[in-house]
Amino acid sequence: MIPSSFEYHAPTSVAEALSLLQQYGDEAKILAGGHSLLPAMKLRLAAPGVLIDINKIAELRGVVINGNVNIGSMTTWATLEHHDGLRSACGVLPEAVAMIGDIQVRNRGTIGGSLAHADPAADTPAVVLALDGQIRAQGPGGERTIAAGDFFTDMLSTALEPTELITAVILPTLGKGEGAAYVKFPHPASGYAIVGVAAYVKMDGGSVSTCRVAVTGAGPKAVRLTDVEQAVLGGADAAAATANAGAGLDILGDIHAGEEYRRAMVAVYAKRALQKAMERASG
Amino acid sequence: MTTITVTVNGKSYTRDVEPRTLLVHFLREHLNLTGTHIGCDTSQCGACVVHIDGKSAKSCTVLAVQADGASVTTIEGLAENGTLHPLQEGFWEKHGLQCGFCTPGMIMSAADLLAQNPNPSEEEIRHGLEGNLCRCTGYENIVRAVRYAAEKMRAEQPA
Amino acid sequence: MTTETMFGRAIKRREDPRLITGRGNYVDDVKLPGMQRVFFVRSPHAHARIVSIDTAAAEAHPGVMKVFTAKNLPATPVPCGVTIPNIGQKTPGYTMIASDRVRYVGQIVAAVVASDLGTARDAAEKINVEYETLPVVVDAEKATEDGAPLVHDEIANNTSFVWRLDGGDIDAAFGEADVVVKQRLVNQRLIPNAIEPRAVVGRFDRVTGEMTLWDTNQNPHIIRLLISLLTGLPESKLRVIAPDVGGGFGSKIFLYAEQLLVTAIAQDLQVPIKWAESRSENYLSTAHGRDHITYAEMAFKKDGKLLGLKVKTYANMGAYLSTFAPLIPTNLYGTLLSGVYDLPALSCEVHGVLTNTVPVDAYRGAGRPEASYLLERLMDLAATELGIDPAEIRRRNFIKGEFPHRVITGMNYDSGDYEGNLNKALQQFDYTGWRAKQAEARARGKYIGIGLGCYIEACGIAPSKIVGTVWGGGVGLWESSTIRFHPTGKVTIYTGAHSHGQGHETTFSQLAADALGVPFENIEIVHGDTGQVQFGMGTYGSRSLAVGGTSIVKSAEKLIEKGKKIAAHLLEANPADIEFKSGNFSVKGSPDRSKSIGEVALAAYVPHNYPDDLEPGFEAQTFHDPSNFTFPAGTYMAVVEVDPETGKVTPLAFYCMDDCGNVLNPLIAEGQVHGGVAQGIGQALYEYAVYDENGQLVTGTMMDYAVPKASQVPPVTTGFAPVPSPSNPMGVKGIGEAGTIGSTPAIANAVMDALSPMGIRHIDLPLTPQNVWKAIQGK
Repeated sequence: MIPSSFEYHAPTSVAEALSLLQQYGDEAKILAGGHSLLPAMKLRLAAPGVLIDINKIAELRGVVINGNVNIGSMTTWATLEHHDGLRSACGVLPEAVAMIGDIQVRNRGTIGGSLAHADPAADTPAVVLALDGQIRAQGPGGERTIAAGDFFTDMLSTALEPTELITAVILPTLGKGEGAAYVKFPHPASGYAIVGVAAYVKMDGGSVSTCRVAVTGAGPKAVRLTDVEQAVLGGADAAAATANAGAGLDILGDIHAGEEYRRAMVAVYAKRALQKAMERASG
Repeated sequence: MTTITVTVNGKSYTRDVEPRTLLVHFLREHLNLTGTHIGCDTSQCGACVVHIDGKSAKSCTVLAVQADGASVTTIEGLAENGTLHPLQEGFWEKHGLQCGFCTPGMIMSAADLLAQNPNPSEEEIRHGLEGNLCRCTGYENIVRAVRYAAEKMRAEQPA
Repeated sequence: MTTETMFGRAIKRREDPRLITGRGNYVDDVKLPGMQRVFFVRSPHAHARIVSIDTAAAEAHPGVMKVFTAKNLPATPVPCGVTIPNIGQKTPGYTMIASDRVRYVGQIVAAVVASDLGTARDAAEKINVEYETLPVVVDAEKATEDGAPLVHDEIANNTSFVWRLDGGDIDAAFGEADVVVKQRLVNQRLIPNAIEPRAVVGRFDRVTGEMTLWDTNQNPHIIRLLISLLTGLPESKLRVIAPDVGGGFGSKIFLYAEQLLVTAIAQDLQVPIKWAESRSENYLSTAHGRDHITYAEMAFKKDGKLLGLKVKTYANMGAYLSTFAPLIPTNLYGTLLSGVYDLPALSCEVHGVLTNTVPVDAYRGAGRPEASYLLERLMDLAATELGIDPAEIRRRNFIKGEFPHRVITGMNYDSGDYEGNLNKALQQFDYTGWRAKQAEARARGKYIGIGLGCYIEACGIAPSKIVGTVWGGGVGLWESSTIRFHPTGKVTIYTGAHSHGQGHETTFSQLAADALGVPFENIEIVHGDTGQVQFGMGTYGSRSLAVGGTSIVKSAEKLIEKGKKIAAHLLEANPADIEFKSGNFSVKGSPDRSKSIGEVALAAYVPHNYPDDLEPGFEAQTFHDPSNFTFPAGTYMAVVEVDPETGKVTPLAFYCMDDCGNVLNPLIAEGQVHGGVAQGIGQALYEYAVYDENGQLVTGTMMDYAVPKASQVPPVTTGFAPVPSPSNPMGVKGIGEAGTIGSTPAIANAVMDALSPMGIRHIDLPLTPQNVWKAIQGK
């Protein structure tokens, strides 16, 4: 219940945080919302020597909607869930966010912290992938933009350098003819996704002209279901396109959902997400 | 050791804490506010829920040093001038507690829920209390208690 | 003076004001000057020999007071309190700290005492224990096979006992059967999950030599007795306090290693010691529940008439026998296998099996949910096979006629109207309406199911002559009360029952207010402290009201008898002419000649002109030992929907019709049902403790083990159909466990009913999406 001892720093600027990261290297962990890191530390599954708490960096918080959606990395789930502008600009994000954990988790947890942690069962990676979002990161060499498709590299691993910090997440605003949805099969205890699927479509005269579908929870990292995306293009048959959605995927099984079941659920939830996205695009 | 100043239930406290001290331990052991409970070690049960700057949080998943400069409300600070908060009253009226161990966290979570949604449906209440586990009541009377409080609070503050 | 009776009124609880304002006093809230924390080092292996333990680095860690292992602590046994007579039960040795071998993940091998918990835990990480691992067995059925690894070398086939219960001519019954339904049933392992984890604080007073233990416990006197017997600390020098306790559900009945260790360590160091477990630690150390594998066969005539039942159960006992463990799968299970039915013949064989897992003991319902699940599942299987409606097949087999009614298991049911209860439930909960909705839903491709569970339970766990002798408890079970009527008119009642959420402070006050005719507010209930309460057996087995409540009523009667003598003296009348009503003693025929009970009490304490044969003081005590159990029964009905694509079961509605006898406080009784039902639904749909083949608990945290959340349980509708029990003056039966006993089979039956168009007849618990999906896929 009590973590190992550590040194604590609470920088108030990104520059200060980056210099601390450089100073302490591997010894340091960034503390964002803390809802993955602190429980791991309490169970002593993690024991960093230094914590760099970035909660006091005001410049990392906030949502700006201006042609696209620019979300500061330390923006909490609760802010995203209740953001009126976001609901109309990119409603799938608050839809997914409302399914994360519970009110208390959403009050503390942040989008940047979650993406950097890259939990294989986190919800937003699927949404960011399906929306083809971008992750902005700042390091000692300056700022760079990482495409969502390049960001998640493996279980709990990302394209971030150890000395980099996520500063923002950039998502598109959705317009007429576009629709997106996130559906989720939550773990009965933890609430994490056993399978979560986000789908984005652009409809053109009753058929799908652009499609991106991404799944989280099923395997070691969130991935796009490119076969499904291809299969639905030019038509609107979600069921047919997703019938074998789980085939060929790298699946992680556990006692609640073994590999076979999880694979089958990828197909069911991909169908449901796609149908919902198409309804919204047509609506 | 780090020196922190935290306002708890309206009173300011300055204490030296180890950085690893969790807010829940700070409240219980440094300030003797034992109404906030510890029921798990993975942020599931919600027995430790308090408000930090008006928002509910699991105090077992926040470091005390993170609360430096913040205002914290615990179950001990919910009743005002000796008058029970409508949720406390609701839990009493509707038998929303049995052993009472989850109750402080449950009430603090429900308070945040009602702040966000003053007129929740049964389903919204059940969903809104997802971060709090109760093993005694089966939640039925907790839902009734929250509805009781919601009605009373709406009646007191017409929209 | 009160005139309105308190019995039957939905009085809101008097314990609540402190609990809703954060002023409860739980064990982990106890803080004493100089108190040190203890952290226990537990075995990471399910079965291993301890080669060596190196504590040097931990001892040198700053802030550490002392490190304990088996080398510097006595080998105090953690006892099993039950030896079932005449079956050669083998009880393995179990000491509070392991010396040479560990047999489950979580068994304690060392203890670190330090100034604070963080320091103790830091130091514990520096203890180096060298283990030599041994083969592991976790499955009770496999553990009995020849060649299975032996948990205890001296216990062949890991079989602690084989218990039998037979009645009637089983061969004849199966011989004349038209239909026999057979099913292998798994009643999975559960973790009780009281939201308050266990905690113990021990303080040894070096001046008085008195040891005080604050313990999260349901029966402090039993803990005191056992610790006294095991350590030689006299009861006069040992005080056990169970203050506010945050739920128990059975798991806080027992004497665990930790209570003994804290006692020994506090004695050794002569400073106060606190242990408070984390949730993950709780999962590895606090007794689990259920865990049966059962082969059952039920014989029927074509018309649905039940002829006989054959049961063979492998009950997983864990690595050692916990305090009351052998009673659970035997006398609290086999003896309930007649259910509410007229069963002509029974053959029941239970194997109590040791495995490399956490010990298993009573968990809410304790044996009775397992029996109820078995009967109700088989009843439904038979209904399907015979083409009879599930309600109708039950109706054809209910026990009818005269009560008390002795069934083939030997139990003597006190009272009941099982058919009336079912009929009332079906009518009130619109069974036929739901059947119509189901048909309509099926036509739309929706899978809705309706399930029944008709349960019975033996409650008011006591009768010493049964528990102590036939069951092998070796001790009687009764309950005590002392009513101390103070000279100012206030009343303190000391009860041996213990509330850890049940609301005794309210319900017992209601009882006493009626019996003594004093205002409810003037009564205080004291429980959970061996330093104050005479003696008591605690709370479990839905016994508090039937046994403890009766004790209070009897003490009140004694007090009134004495009051009559005092009043007669004060009123200069004959004691035989004194009547007592609504708090007043008056002379028959002259109601104006009266004294209130308060006046009588005051007079009792200032007896300056008493007659010689009248003792001063106004206090009465009763140790009540009832003649029989009580037998609550009821009908539960579940409605569920199954998503055929995912296998997800959504409970839509849940209905309960309980006969718990007369209802003292409907608010509290209903709350007990709600909570029990949520736990029973938890077993049906969400909860399962899983060990892998290496004996590691896979569901080791609340992130893995699904304690039901508010959104996972349906609204619950309750109803009561009391048939008063003749076993006690209030006519009560007990309601603490009913919800858990009746709900699991109702949900399971509803799921099978929903899936019946697919030809699915049975799926093992829990009915998780994956398990249901597999069945739908035919896998």
